[in-house]
Amino acid sequence: MKQALTSRLVAVSILALVLFTPPLLLLFDRPTAWGFSTLPLVIYLLWALLILLAALILERPDAD
Amino acid sequence: MQTNLLALVIAFTYLALLFVIAAWGDRRAEQGRSVVNSPTIYSLSIAVYCTAWTFYGSVGRAATTGLSFLLIYLGPTLAMLCGWLVLRKMIRIARAQRITSIADFISARYGKSGGLGMLVALIAVVAIMPYIALQLKAITVSYGILTEYPNVTPTALSLSDFWNDKAFWVALVLAVFIILFGTRHLDASERHEGMVTAIAFESLVKLFAFVGVGLFVCFILYPGPTTLLAEASTRLPELGQYFGLEQVPGGALGWVGTLVLATLAFITLPRQFQVLVVENVNEQHLRRACWMFPLYLLLINLFVIPIALAGLMGGSATGDSDDYVLTLPLSAGLEWLPMLVFIGGLSAATSMMIVETIALSTMVSNQLVMPLLLRWRHLHLERSRDLSGWLLGIRRIAIVLILILGYLYHALIGEAYSLVTIGLVSFAAAAQFAPPLLLGLYWRGASRNGAAAGLLAGTMVWAWTLLIPGFALSGWMATDFIEQGPFGWMWLRPYALLGLEGWDIYTHSLFWSMLVNIGLLVGVSLFSRQSHMEQTQAALFTNALRPEAELAAIWQGQASRYELYRLLNRYLGKAATLRQFGGVTPLPDDDSPATPALIARAEQGLTGALGSATARILINSVVRGEGLDMASILSILDTTSQTLEYNRRLEQKSTELEKIGSELRSANDRLRELDRLKDEFVAMVSHELRTPLTSIRAFAEILNDTEAMPAEQQQHFLQIIVRESERLSRLIEEILDLARLESGRMTLHPERCDLIELIHQAGDAVTQLFQQRHITLELQLPDTLCPVMADPDRLLQVLINLLDNASKFADHDQPRVLLTLQIKPRHFRVTVEDNGVGITEAEREKVFEKFHQIELDSDNTDSSHRPRGTGLGLPISRGIVSHLGGRLWVDAPEQLQGACLAMELPAAAQVNS
Repeated sequence: MKQALTSRLVAVSILALVLFTPPLLLLFDRPTAWGFSTLPLVIYLLWALLILLAALILERPDAD
Repeated sequence: MQTNLLALVIAFTYLALLFVIAAWGDRRAEQGRSVVNSPTIYSLSIAVYCTAWTFYGSVGRAATTGLSFLLIYLGPTLAMLCGWLVLRKMIRIARAQRITSIADFISARYGKSGGLGMLVALIAVVAIMPYIALQLKAITVSYGILTEYPNVTPTALSLSDFWNDKAFWVALVLAVFIILFGTRHLDASERHEGMVTAIAFESLVKLFAFVGVGLFVCFILYPGPTTLLAEASTRLPELGQYFGLEQVPGGALGWVGTLVLATLAFITLPRQFQVLVVENVNEQHLRRACWMFPLYLLLINLFVIPIALAGLMGGSATGDSDDYVLTLPLSAGLEWLPMLVFIGGLSAATSMMIVETIALSTMVSNQLVMPLLLRWRHLHLERSRDLSGWLLGIRRIAIVLILILGYLYHALIGEAYSLVTIGLVSFAAAAQFAPPLLLGLYWRGASRNGAAAGLLAGTMVWAWTLLIPGFALSGWMATDFIEQGPFGWMWLRPYALLGLEGWDIYTHSLFWSMLVNIGLLVGVSLFSRQSHMEQTQAALFTNALRPEAELAAIWQGQASRYELYRLLNRYLGKAATLRQFGGVTPLPDDDSPATPALIARAEQGLTGALGSATARILINSVVRGEGLDMASILSILDTTSQTLEYNRRLEQKSTELEKIGSELRSANDRLRELDRLKDEFVAMVSHELRTPLTSIRAFAEILNDTEAMPAEQQQHFLQIIVRESERLSRLIEEILDLARLESGRMTLHPERCDLIELIHQAGDAVTQLFQQRHITLELQLPDTLCPVMADPDRLLQVLINLLDNASKFADHDQPRVLLTLQIKPRHFRVTVEDNGVGITEAEREKVFEKFHQIELDSDNTDSSHRPRGTGLGLPISRGIVSHLGGRLWVDAPEQLQGACLAMELPAAAQVNS
């Protein structure tokens, strides 16, 4: 079980790194109606999602 | 003036509240009902990461460089996501080795190297001092704005009227706070629970204040976030594509650079190391902190963009972008919200200063001052009985000095730096610790020399590419070297090293310093030898998460309990020492040796107070014999490998035993079989002996009992007795022969003799017998000499036996026996054939068994007249022939259709007479 926890955390870390660095990041950088980029909104959403994922992984009662 | 006074009263009331909370936390800890023992408090204490720079600077950064402010928080999020793997390892190591600071950690990893610890401590002090100054500046500026608004001209600072600067007084109060709650116990690894409680409280205050401003801006100043955005897009058209990647300095590359910078700095900033690793109570708390701290960051950043937009739209009323958080509620005419914001900013600044000062003072006293004092004034300190007061004194002086230096820095050049610049410059310096720290955690080969070289070079690159140009831009020196390079060397321009242009300065500096740092660390490590202590420590660090890592350093030397007691007493004080000794004070004449476990405990205790390098020196001073030296490590290894070797040998032995066991079993089986054969033999022998004996006795008794008996019959009986006696003696002779043969005691006297001559002799010997039985004996012999090495008597016996046997089994009516001698290349072959019924294939080996008699047909009337054999002739013959180097066996009939016994004898060597 411990192994699974480690692997999941590594996977989430890599996912976060991929989401927060350029090639994918450029996709989120689109203009909106008000002239702002969608980037901040997308980043805040992804951020919240990653925190949720981490919380789900780490707070599982059977995590170890 | 009223606001002025009110603000002062509230600010110092807030600081007093911190004292109360910290004292409460400490009391609870003493009562054993620790408040710090909670994952939530731990997560909140990590939020010391959010300083005044976050509180005021984030909005300023968002207003000028867009989304780049987020990177400072996305980095720690990344670090925390894999924190359960990396930070947990650091926590476990720090606990096992009683590590008290990042300098101590790096020094311990590289063989408890004192020099490396000093280097790290120096870099930390140089890099963090501006950061502390930044907090003081934030306090001064925010106080100024709060009391002078709307007159937002910055208050001119000068050293001469420092008592008018509130930041000075705040620093003073903090110094008292830190001395009270940061240096109460000497054993620094006992943690500062009161301080952590206060920090956690401050984290709540700053979050509350910032979110308060955010809600005010979004829902009171403007009807809702969407209105705010719509208005901003119309009133700020010059922003173009706002908050996109374009706006980040350095574009995509700058984005990645700053993200990496923030990730590394989050782990390596001394204050973060302090709260993450040193102040951690329970490793399991990290589990919640790994997601709760990123959540805190998300919350405190949620309103940064709206506040920045509102501030931008505020125009001259909101002033400098770094102050929007404060000026927005002020410009709206509120009274209490600005006060809350001021307190929030104060809490952010003070929490950072408290933790950072504790971390730095520990480093300064343990890594810089104590090792130097011990070295330079060794004799003097030796005489001193109680050094624990010294240590506390050094640490307290360090705290005051750090805060004063921070204040001086703030007063002298704080003006020129913007908040953001100072923060990132410090980050880049702290990031220099990341390669030796993180590589050291996973790569056992990282060596002290490599770490020192990498750190030195990386820091020099950092200084050249960030610190010095920063000073220059602050007006301390001419700035033309930034554009032209020093002495006109264009390749050495600090912001475009080797002509690498177009990057933002932080990414540029990070790239070059990391390249040099990692490159030298790896390169030098690969080409240098680690000392034995380094190897041990490297193994302990890299294997920290494995269960077998519990085995800490083992002391092999000897020290008396009293000596150890005196040493601990001098540095730790009486109470802590008594705890180590289990409450018993050793007497001065107690020279019983301390156990290795006690010495290890003592070292850990000293490490907690003084750092690992100093503790090692001190322990070495009382322990006779080496610490964990090469010889003892080798002997430990030796013992292990010896055990392995014994194990291997044991295994070998056991397989051997198994083999021997099976051999024994089969030998036993054979013996049983032999025993059975012997029994059979004895039974047969007694039977064979009894038969003639019985008849002898019977006839003798008849003769004895019967007085009137015809003389003829008497004669007949006597003949029988004589014949049976002969047979008996022959039998006994043969049994003795056989016994001699089988025991190997038969002595043969081999000599050179002619086989043909022997055959003729044998033929002569049986002539009488053959004539009686009307048997024709044919001999087919070559006419050359057939020399063999043999005992002639014995060989003759064999030949006669073979002829005798053949005569017995030859055909009844026309008996024929044929003896042939053939010359083969190296031996002679003698065959004796008869024309009887022959021997079946299955019987062929049996005839060589003792007492085996071939059954003749019962209807053969003449059989009773034939002399019976003893059944030992052939076994004896075979024994003799094998003794002579030949062999005897039953062959397939060649010329006559009966039995055929063949014998091979080696030819004697040619003798040149």
